[in-house]
Amino acid sequence: MKYADIVHRCFRCGYCKFTGDYTDFNCPAYRKFRFETYSPGGRMWLIRAWLKDEIQNSDRFQEILFSCATCANCVEHCVFTFSEDLVNIFMAAREEMVNSGMIPPPVRDYLKNITVNGNPYKLPAAERGKWVEGLGLEPYRGQEYLFYVGCVGSYDERAQKMARSVAGLLTKAGVSMGILGEKEACDGNEVRALGEAGLFEYLARQNIDQFKALQVKKIITLDPHAFNAFKNDYPDFGADVEVYHYTQILAPLMASGPLSLKSCEQKVTFHDPCYLGRHNKEYDAPRTILKAVPGLELVEMERYGENAFCCGGGGGNFFTDILGGGEDSPARLRVREALDTGAETLAVACPQCAKMLEDAVKSEELEERLRVRDISEIITACMA
Amino acid sequence: MTDIAQALARIVGDAYVSNRPEEAYFYARDPGLMPSHPPDYVVVPKSVEEIQDIVRLAHQEKIPIVPMGAGLALTGLVIPLKGGIVMDMKRMNRILEVNEKGRYAVVEGGTSQGLLRSHLEKHFPRLRHSIPDSPATATIAANVMIHGQGRLTQQYGFNSDMICGLEVVLASGEVCRIGSPALSSDWFSKGAPMPDLSGLFLGWFGATGIITKIGVKLYPRKKMRDVEIFITDRQDLVPDMVYELTHTEMVEDINVFAQPKPMIFKDNHHITLFFTGDTEEELEFKRKMIWHSLDRFIKAKDGGFMGVPPVMKPTLLDMPQRSVSRFADVKKGGGFEYSGPIIMVDKYPDCAQKILELAEKYDLGYSGMARIIGRSHAMMYGFAFTFNRADEEMMERTRKALHEVSEFALETGGVFWKATVDEQKMAMDKMDPTTLGLMKMIKANMDPRGIMNPGNWEVDE
Ligand SMILES: Cc1cc2nc3c(=O)[nH]c(=O)nc-3n(C[C@H](O)[C@H](O)[C@H](O)COP(=O)(O)OP(=O)(O)OC[C@H]3O[C@@H](n4cnc5c(N)ncnc54)[C@H](O)[C@@H]3O)c2cc1C
Repeated sequence: MKYADIVHRCFRCGYCKFTGDYTDFNCPAYRKFRFETYSPGGRMWLIRAWLKDEIQNSDRFQEILFSCATCANCVEHCVFTFSEDLVNIFMAAREEMVNSGMIPPPVRDYLKNITVNGNPYKLPAAERGKWVEGLGLEPYRGQEYLFYVGCVGSYDERAQKMARSVAGLLTKAGVSMGILGEKEACDGNEVRALGEAGLFEYLARQNIDQFKALQVKKIITLDPHAFNAFKNDYPDFGADVEVYHYTQILAPLMASGPLSLKSCEQKVTFHDPCYLGRHNKEYDAPRTILKAVPGLELVEMERYGENAFCCGGGGGNFFTDILGGGEDSPARLRVREALDTGAETLAVACPQCAKMLEDAVKSEELEERLRVRDISEIITACMA
Repeated sequence: MTDIAQALARIVGDAYVSNRPEEAYFYARDPGLMPSHPPDYVVVPKSVEEIQDIVRLAHQEKIPIVPMGAGLALTGLVIPLKGGIVMDMKRMNRILEVNEKGRYAVVEGGTSQGLLRSHLEKHFPRLRHSIPDSPATATIAANVMIHGQGRLTQQYGFNSDMICGLEVVLASGEVCRIGSPALSSDWFSKGAPMPDLSGLFLGWFGATGIITKIGVKLYPRKKMRDVEIFITDRQDLVPDMVYELTHTEMVEDINVFAQPKPMIFKDNHHITLFFTGDTEEELEFKRKMIWHSLDRFIKAKDGGFMGVPPVMKPTLLDMPQRSVSRFADVKKGGGFEYSGPIIMVDKYPDCAQKILELAEKYDLGYSGMARIIGRSHAMMYGFAFTFNRADEEMMERTRKALHEVSEFALETGGVFWKATVDEQKMAMDKMDPTTLGLMKMIKANMDPRGIMNPGNWEVDE
């Protein structure tokens, strides 16, 4: 296994499962399951035991490894020099398990659906562009940007609304962009996170070939997960594109004026997506956008920025639901935390977070008190 | 699931009990060097009532029960030596009360040091507690249970001296309050002016009861903190230096460290002095008092204050000091363990000499660190060795070195701190037999079925 020479170096001190200021345990899987085995240190020790044949691959071991949300809280807070590799180590172990064929059924189904259908929803590629109907967005043919939506934004009902809102807003702001529609392919970020490195490489090369054929130079992504794959992993396969998350395009436009906003009094708290925040260190752009709205009061949750608590959807859990369910599911804990701020709106910037947190608001029966809105939806509602 | 697992699941819920190999593997060991032994079950309770029910079940079925905080004592105290149930306490981590004017907090038995620190910082910025340098996940109750030491130990003694009441589940499953909370709603004393029953639990490593709530004394938190380091190559003079420093009553905490790396540290002893103030004036006054207290050593050229570089200050002022944990990986091996006898400060030169000898003899990376307890009343001298977890032979050498430390500590008049089972035996062998008899009587009465962290503090016939 890759990184096999590192796993013994974990001291299991536990800094990895905390926030930097020790406000609370911040590893979503540990927070839910509460056995040390589900914490990053627990995983390190168990991976080592597994490599040494002291424990076997079992349904429990699979749950332990695949419930990791790859949120990178451990990477942020581990005190050792190998901290950068923690999530990579967990993904490498998953890769071994995928290669051995012993993986949780929902993971197997997810990977199969991507292989067979090109998306996790088992829907035809022809429906990929459906979200855009009526928006008048052009196919990509040399506009300044390619707007990449991703599987969730293309097929999930909640996320489609977000995709339409973001695309509409960018268009109003005068951003020149086109889409791939039914030619768009899965970005593979979750495929990689779930340990199917071969399939990820295939998807990456396929996408890169398409970007090259269409001479795409700049990409705006809806989803921070795609943003992460394009920005950090695709260059290994020869990608040469500038990649932006949509908030990074919108933020500078707030000051320069194409979008005129009315006063919009409301209290908003923002949930940092892990793949925008901790993985890519972009904490400011979403906040700059929100702060530009007259009358909007931005309040922070106890855990924000590098200490933000993951919604539990990362690392493929959005699709496999290994980490979901129950009162202590990360998404439900997170909406309770949002409620504590007194905000009536929980702002998000990721289609996966939007869905996870909106469902959690329903489970907590908080619909009357807290609404989940993508940043673009908030801005659109505040346009003069 | 076995019957016992099912019974446990009825108490804590299916999700919070395990008899799976994964938990058995992990909870069979701690990060230190003691041999592993698997538990039969691991439970993660949420309430006092659940703990009571678990203990009643264990009592009835005669199953060992081992409370565990973060498992960071390193000396095998949470390894279930006789199997049974490991009870991971960390789901019970609420801060139940902070009495600002009475300067105390009441926390649940699995609350971490980090959580209380963070809570006070946010909500009671003028209050603090005595934070040890163990990782922030380490629990307050366990640290008190093993008589730990923290940032305020030079001023107020062991962390267990800084508590003001306990709630404990006894081996029978009954709940019992110790100190003022036994008869009052206020938590201000662990014993006085009544008979102090806290000694029936503290230092027993969970072998007489499980702490479910603990009153922690809080102290003024000044607005500013700073640190100075006095360096000397005269280990024989360290006790005198510490004596002068403690006389000032100006210092928050005194640590003395000596280690071979980085090179600038080699052959020197670093007396690290933390001090606090609400104003620049107060801070500067204390700094001057501290400086002047060591004038005679400076004049004699036996040492001097090093200008602590600003980049080094955040590392030193960090609470807990994360850098201490990093010692585990200096050999890229993820392991360290220390034996930390409590011993008189005048034994500092002997300890410093001993650690050098052992490091050389066993070819080990080391760090010697003393924390002064009270006004030079004693110190914890940490003989810390780092090892590579992937190198069995090096681990064995480390074990041997630590064993020699134990023998040395006892010969030098020290008392083991967070004693391993082997050290417990050594201590009991050397102990005044009447005292030992008293311990035996206490244990036999408090845990007649021998279910509470068995193997620890077991007095042989
Ligand atoms: C890097 C490092 C630095 C350290 N620095 C310090 C330091 O500065 N000062 C210091 O004092 N220590 C220090 N330690 C030692 C140790 O980590 C701490 O004392 C720590 O507080 C132990 O807490 P824990 O929760 O990990 O205890 P554990 O190891 O989980 O438990 C210790 C003992 O308490 C018992 N126990 C646990 N919870 C309960 C309960 N609720 N009721 C009854 N019994 C219970 C256990 O059975 C065990 O016998 C350090 C350790 C490390 C690794």
